[in-house]
Amino acid sequence: MAEERRFRSASGVPIALRRRQHSASCRELAVRGPRLQLRSLSAATSAVWLAAYGLFAVSENSMVLSAAIFITLIGLIIYLHFVKIDQESLLVIGSLGIQVTSSYASGKESTTFIEMGQVKDVVINEAIHMQKVIYYLCILLRDPEDPQRVSEVVPLFQSSKPRLDCLIEVYKSCQEILEQRKTAPQSS
Amino acid sequence: MVLKVFFPLCCSSADSGILIGRWISEQNSAVILAVVHFPFIPVQVKQYLGEVQRVTKVSVSVLGSWSNSKQKKEESLSEFLEDLGTIFCHEPWIQISKEGDSKFWSCSTLQKHSKNPQEEEIILVYYDQRKVMLSHLHPPLDTAGQGAEDASKLSAIFDTVARSQVLFMTDRYDEGPIKLTHWQSDGVEASIIVELLKQASVPACMLLAFLLSLLSGICRSRVLKFWPLSFLWSKLSTCEQLGHRLQHLQVISSNKKAQNQNQLMRKANIFVSLLVDVALGILLMSWLYRKNRIGHLADTLIPVADHVAEELQDLLQWLMGAPAGLKMNRALDQVLGRFFLYHIHLWISYIHLLSPFIEMILWYVGLSACLGLTVALCILSDIIALLTFHIYCFYVYGARLYCLKIYGLSSLWRLFRGKKWNVLRQRVDSCSYDLDQLFIGTLLFTILLFLLPTTALYYLVFTLLRLLVVIVQGLIHLLVDLIDSLPLYSLILRLCRSYRLAAGVKFRVLEQQDGKPLRLLMQINPLSYGGVVQTYRLPTYSCYPRDSWASLCKKLFLGELIYPWKHKGDKQN
Repeated sequence: MAEERRFRSASGVPIALRRRQHSASCRELAVRGPRLQLRSLSAATSAVWLAAYGLFAVSENSMVLSAAIFITLIGLIIYLHFVKIDQESLLVIGSLGIQVTSSYASGKESTTFIEMGQVKDVVINEAIHMQKVIYYLCILLRDPEDPQRVSEVVPLFQSSKPRLDCLIEVYKSCQEILEQRKTAPQSS
Repeated sequence: MVLKVFFPLCCSSADSGILIGRWISEQNSAVILAVVHFPFIPVQVKQYLGEVQRVTKVSVSVLGSWSNSKQKKEESLSEFLEDLGTIFCHEPWIQISKEGDSKFWSCSTLQKHSKNPQEEEIILVYYDQRKVMLSHLHPPLDTAGQGAEDASKLSAIFDTVARSQVLFMTDRYDEGPIKLTHWQSDGVEASIIVELLKQASVPACMLLAFLLSLLSGICRSRVLKFWPLSFLWSKLSTCEQLGHRLQHLQVISSNKKAQNQNQLMRKANIFVSLLVDVALGILLMSWLYRKNRIGHLADTLIPVADHVAEELQDLLQWLMGAPAGLKMNRALDQVLGRFFLYHIHLWISYIHLLSPFIEMILWYVGLSACLGLTVALCILSDIIALLTFHIYCFYVYGARLYCLKIYGLSSLWRLFRGKKWNVLRQRVDSCSYDLDQLFIGTLLFTILLFLLPTTALYYLVFTLLRLLVVIVQGLIHLLVDLIDSLPLYSLILRLCRSYRLAAGVKFRVLEQQDGKPLRLLMQINPLSYGGVVQTYRLPTYSCYPRDSWASLCKKLFLGELIYPWKHKGDKQN
């Protein structure tokens, strides 16, 4: 079953949280940011080309125009493939692990899978980001030598930065599945 | 507790039979390796599994039953399959059944001696057997080499499939008592070219090893160890590079088989890197010798050296006048300027002496570019070093003079304040001087102080010139290092067969149906290109930077000689 709710990010941009329950111990939570707007794309392209025309009028060198087209294309490809993140999702499979996926606007997906044995807990933390204090959700990884210590903190939803109300929903969903491994008999 | 069943994709359309694989009890997961079809004799199956277990050291056993009914559900078959659970006793006995062409299979377990009778959830994870078998899991770089008990669960699964290779050697055309289905059951794959290369590589390696032993014997002979020659070899970067490549060739031609994945990748990387290097070198050589370009290069070499010397003479004349409006001490200026001008005159004479032979020398030296592009670049760097030798000499003279002056000044400054450097205690102590000591000391101090700007200016100019040459040489060496250390084979493998280098796995949730177990697809998550380069980088013979920026500036200020590029063989000072 799937449900979608609207929230706002830390900078005020509208985002959508989609929850899907695949089975009793498997849940998928996806946060989708706003898509690339046509008007911002046109504004950027027009600005670059106007500047190129201005330079061409001054220098009478047609290489400036071809260079501007080249720069626009390459810049757009780099932006879509490496910078613009469309959707960040969290797949929690009890007894297997947690999978964090970021999907870029060009379709590229970068995935990390963390095994359940390494996950100590999922918590909401505070951080100072620029001039604001924001909340973020993170996974605490267990230290292999000392089970009580935390060896690494993996922050989630870094590009969409949802606000506390959205984070609480995600947190509750994750904790329901993480609790199942405590109630199940310990085998590892 | 959740039960995880790892099922190979290739067995999805197999006929009914029993499942064999490995049961990992700590993780409550079953890794299915193959399906054994009817008819079979249980004793023979157990014997076969015992043999496989002995060879692969993987505890393979019968895990459950698989029924693939093409038409309707057959009651008698399901009862038969349940009875099989009593012959091959395994806890828990897994029963997977597929009806017709449906995607959603039903999976159940039979527990006879279970303590908690509740229904446990089952997760069905599909995996591509061939890719998991061939892939190599890379642990994260900071936690390398933890204990075997701490090994991640995924590495246990990858390990199981990789070590059971002998199970996949029988295909369905073999005449045997057991009929299996796995990824190679349609026919064992092999490539003729690979087999031929393997056969040919043994005599080729032996020949190469013999030639290399001859070569290293010549290199180690006493003739080449006399003082001037050994000094020359250590200073020329071409010899370093050739020695490095010789080492590489020795690694490739050794007849010991590679023990583990890392060694195999290293050998392959060295081989591909050498091949590409030699190919680029031959390309460069063909370009140079076409249209006699090397002749033109030799012809322009002497005029370029002359031009550099003339520019230096102009620079010295400028320094001897009033450089940038500064007023120099006339006498010292003239002395230093004439001294350096005489040196340039000597240098020009030597170059003109050599000029008839330059073309021939360059022609033969250019032939050595066929040994590789790195060797050609090293030769270029050495030629630059030889042509700018006079700049190096001037830098050394200027630096020594300036260094002496600075030490003299600091020592006399201490005398000025009534202190002395205590060599035993390595600190500054107060000292009472006689009047005549103070008088002479103050005089000398004043003289040195007022001569400082002149010396400092000469030192500054020659240091800048030397730094320019060092930067150009450094860039060439950087390029040589890049070609030496880039793991080309690993990068090509990551591009073409990305499943061989795995950083981890990723799961995709497939279509679900209520009441049926959760279906996941496990795919290999390949290592990023940066990770590949970091893991498989070939070690080189140089390491930079030798000094940090702070210590470099301090050395420049004090006038100590700087050698920015250090080689691994050099002694620390």
